This record gives sequence, C-alpha cells and structure tokens, in this order.
Amino acid sequence: MAIPARQIPVDPAVAKPHDINQSLLYLNGVTVSFDGFRAINDLSLELARGEMRAIIGPNGAGKTTMMDIITGKTRPDVGEVLFDRGTIDLTTKDEAAIAQLGIGRKFQKPTVFENHTVEDNVLLALKADRTVRGNLFWRPNGDAQRIAETLETIGLSAHRHRLAGSLSHGQKQWLEIGMLIAQDPKLLLVDEPVAGMSDAETMTTAELLKDIAKDHTLIVVEHDMEFVRRLGVKVTVLHEGSVLAEGSIDEVSANERVVEVYLGR
Amino acid sequence: MIVRKLIEAPDGRGKIFLAILVAAAVLVPCLNLGLPPSSALHVPTSAVALWGKYLCYALLALSLDLVWGYCGILSLGHGAFFALGGYAMGMYLMRQIGTRGVYADPILPDFMVFLNWKELPFFWWGFNWLGYAALMVLAVPGVLAFVFGWFAFRSRVTGVYLSIITQALTFALMLGFFRNNFGFGGNNGLTDFKDILGFNVQAQATRATLFALSAVALGLGYLIAQAVVRSKAGKVLIAIRDAESRTRFIGYRVENYKAFVFTLSACMAAVAGALYVPQVGIINPSEFAPANSIEYVIWVAVGGRGTLVGAALGAVLVNFAKTTFTTGVLAPYWLFALGALFVLVTIFLPRGILGLIPTRPAAALPNGAAAAGPAAQPAE
Repeated sequence: MAIPARQIPVDPAVAKPHDINQSLLYLNGVTVSFDGFRAINDLSLELARGEMRAIIGPNGAGKTTMMDIITGKTRPDVGEVLFDRGTIDLTTKDEAAIAQLGIGRKFQKPTVFENHTVEDNVLLALKADRTVRGNLFWRPNGDAQRIAETLETIGLSAHRHRLAGSLSHGQKQWLEIGMLIAQDPKLLLVDEPVAGMSDAETMTTAELLKDIAKDHTLIVVEHDMEFVRRLGVKVTVLHEGSVLAEGSIDEVSANERVVEVYLGR
Repeated sequence: MIVRKLIEAPDGRGKIFLAILVAAAVLVPCLNLGLPPSSALHVPTSAVALWGKYLCYALLALSLDLVWGYCGILSLGHGAFFALGGYAMGMYLMRQIGTRGVYADPILPDFMVFLNWKELPFFWWGFNWLGYAALMVLAVPGVLAFVFGWFAFRSRVTGVYLSIITQALTFALMLGFFRNNFGFGGNNGLTDFKDILGFNVQAQATRATLFALSAVALGLGYLIAQAVVRSKAGKVLIAIRDAESRTRFIGYRVENYKAFVFTLSACMAAVAGALYVPQVGIINPSEFAPANSIEYVIWVAVGGRGTLVGAALGAVLVNFAKTTFTTGVLAPYWLFALGALFVLVTIFLPRGILGLIPTRPAAALPNGAAAAGPAAQPAE
C-alpha cells in the first residue's frame, strides 16, 4: 500500500475499509474544525470505482465541508484523503491540481459563467490544456464535436448560443452537470443537483445522473429523499460530521437513529 | 500564424478604431509638416503634442481595461508602471544631454553634479543607448508587476484588498522617487531634454513623429489586447472575473492567468509612459501619485469597461474635457466635474459611453459593473 507516512490518529471505533486497492476515493479519520466547531468529526468513507453514492444528512451535517475537503478548498486538521487506489494524497494539492487529477464538482448554488454562452461554458470545462500559453494559442480542434455531444446529453443543444446567465434555474443546473461531464473526470461530486427544481425537472435530472453513472464514479449529495430513492444506490447518512448509517435507502430509512436525527426527538 | 491571429481579431468597432488611428498617424504629421501655418487644414504643433499625449493616455487606459475589464483586477496603481516606463525613457534622454547641461558634465546629469556625486550609479549604466533603455522600459515594470502579482495572486488577495495594496505600491514608489539619494532627480525628476536619437525633441518633425509612433503603439496595444481577450485564455480571464473559485474548480490556475495579464498590462502601461515623457518634456515623482491612478480608472469607467476601444475613447474624452476645463474660467472646478462625471457614469451608464452602442455578448458585463465583483461562493 502506498500510503504516505503521516500521523494518523488510531481510533478502534473506525472500521478500516477492507481494501484500499479497490477504492477510487478513501477518507479515513478526517477531522476539521472551524473556530472550535467540528464540522467534520473523524469521518471515514470509501468509494469504489464505478460506484454512485448518495449522501444525505440534515443541515450542518458536514456534507458540503466534506466536498470542500475532497476538492482541496479546505484542509483537514487530521486524517487521510486518498485518491485512485490510495496512490494520491489529496490533502497536499490545491483546487486546480485536484481538478486536473479528475475530480469534478458541481456546486449547490448553480455557478456557471453567466457572461459566456452555453457553448463557451462547456468549452472552458472540456478536458484540455489548462496552461496560459496553451490557451493563448488555442485553435478549435475537435472541440466542437465534444461540445455538441455534451450539449446533447444535457438537452441544451438548442440553447448553445444563449448567455448562460439567461438560462432558467433548472437549465443552469443541467449546464453545470454538462460542464462536469465535459471535464471527463474520474470522480464527480454533485451537490444538491435538484434543489429548486420542479418535479419534472427532478425526474429528468435523476435519469441524467443514472445515465452518467454508467461510466463514471459519482457522489451525490441531496436532501430530497424521493430523488435519492429514485437513484436507487447505496446511501451514506452523515450527522454532526461523521457517518451515522450506510446502506440501501430502505435500510437507512428504517434505522432508528436516522429517523431520530431527521425528525428530532 | 501569430500575425494572422492579430489581424483577423478585430470586430467592426475595432476596425473603425484602427482605421482612425492609421489615418491619424499618417494625416496629422502630413498636415502639420506639409502645410503652411496659414492653411486652413494646418494642424498646429501644439495640437500635435497635446493629442500625442492623449494617445499615450489612451494606451494606458487600454492596459488598465485589460486587467480590470476582463479579469476583474481593479488596479489602483497602474500609474506606477506608466511612470516607471517614463523614467526609463527619461534616463535615456538625460544621458543624451551630455555637455549641454548647466554643469556641462559629459557623463553625469546635472542633478548628480549638483548633489556632488562623482560617479554614475550602476543603474544608470547603459541608458545612453536607446535600445537598452527600451528594453528597460519593458523589463523593469514587467518584472515588478510579475513579482508583485505572483505574491498577491498566489495569496489570493482579491477585490478591494488588492486595490489597496496597488495604491500602496505606487505610493511607496512615489516616496522613494521623491528622495534625492534615490538617484532619479528627487522631486524635480528628469527634464531639460535636448534630443532623442540625435533629433531635437522640441522640433516640429520630432513631435510629429512621436505622435505617429504613439498612434502606432496604441494600435499595436489594441491588437495584442484584442488577440488575448479573443483567445480561449481571454474566455478564462472573463470566467475568473465572474466566478473565480468556479474557474479554479475546473482546473485553471487562476494565479497564473492573473499574473500573466497583470504583467502584460504593466508592460503596455510602461510603453505609454515611455512615449509620453519625450512629448511632455518632463517626468517627476508626481506621476506616481495615487490620485492619478484613480483618475485612470475613471477614464476606463467613463469610456466603457471591458471594451478596450471604450477605455481608449474614455481617456481621450476625459482628457480633452480636462484640457478645455482647466484652461478657462472653470479651472478651479475641474476635480468636482471629474468626480461628478464618475458618479453619473456609474449610476446612469454602468457600461460607459460605449455601452450606449449594443455590444457583443462575450464582452458584456454584469449590471453595476463599476465594482470588482466577488466570485460566487458555494455555501452549505
């Protein structure tokens, strides 16, 4: 195993994931505090290659903070965050480096480049040279094809020349998912993809994500239980910064502690 | 390939702008030198000098628009790069005076003799060659901007904090250049220039040539800036301006893009300064004054941020108004007029004068564009 020599707190309560070699993402004993508040508390999580995982939890459970840690926005105080069979230590890298490694992120609040066209938004996200020089002397090179495919997938082909800022909320969410696909990442982190969407849009999004999951590894954070049920994947319940329960949606909804956390005592 | 890229870039508005510059570069010297002063079409030499100065200001505004309008870096210290370029040119012009100075020292400029200096300081070496001076015009501000930008952008200093440290930069340089022992003529600066490449700087033909060169420099600066903002890197710059952290999360090293555009912009501002000095005949530390740098931002805002052409237009219009105002009875009220202009433009014309003309979508700015918008932050 290629784990860098680092101080790892040994906690017998944390069951070590059985085989790091199968994992795409591996979190072990991660803790992060903001001004004494433990947003993430000894969190361990393992995601296999090709898996889609749903993460649920009440407000303040640490879902977004967890994504911040994986994508390099926040550094953990202690713990391991390893990528690609445990070979890459994500805690030593910054956002751009992690994105280039193949971890894409969709934010809770849709953030697309509003003053660029839909097409240009996808172009900027396309997996390609990210250096200044490469982009100064950039020439269209098979990009149109890839952009067209992406727009087809997210159903925005007809809107390609519109400014992204003029799209509806749901369309912006889809565009952002399209930008994720365009990056061709190994791991997609999708934060609340259906927040603020109509029922019909929610259904479309669920199908879209299931489609993407066929050849990608995904983590989907969501509040909407109906949506999570529709995804039909393994669910991890976070509470106060650590894993409360894990299993199918039916298993976790039957779990007493989960019910307690969600409904209050 | 690069040349073709530069030429194919301009849009309709840019073509008009370039056509005007080419026409000015050719016609103004012809009408100034070729026609007798009695002719109705004669352009007086004073007007050539004045408009040559405006063209330098336009290039300075263009450089500022490149960083502010397209990348959201509100530099309130661009005067520093302009002045450094000006000083580099001024040093060359000082070395050309030779024995014609008051103290007739063949090597030392007058102020050094006056301060009883015996030897030329090492940083003045080589400035008797225009080629070396031209290299320094680009290198000194370029290196300063790169080092400053590298540290500031890597530390993710943005928005108003960055603006404040750019003010501090130009203020610090002003204090330094005011000191006699700094070696640049103290508060008198560099002046009394005699000739440039053997031509008298005061001569009519020299002035006409400098005017034409300023127009050419502005045109070239525009083409370079245009090629940058039209490239995919230009799209990245706009992405950084509108949603910096998002840009980072799709894998772009924001600090590298910012350092690049900031350095390029500083070099353009420096070229403007270098052309400005022989035309006005003096460079002194007041060019570093923080208030000047703020005024440059107003030019860009008035003309239209994020349009390049608008920035150049704004610089010319505001300075034309300034000249008109300050040479008449209204002179004491100029600063009020300038302040009012900025307030009115910000409220009623957020996209500046050029915003009155429909713009291309890619250059469009968010509403209330006068402020550097913070990047959208994801929240839990």
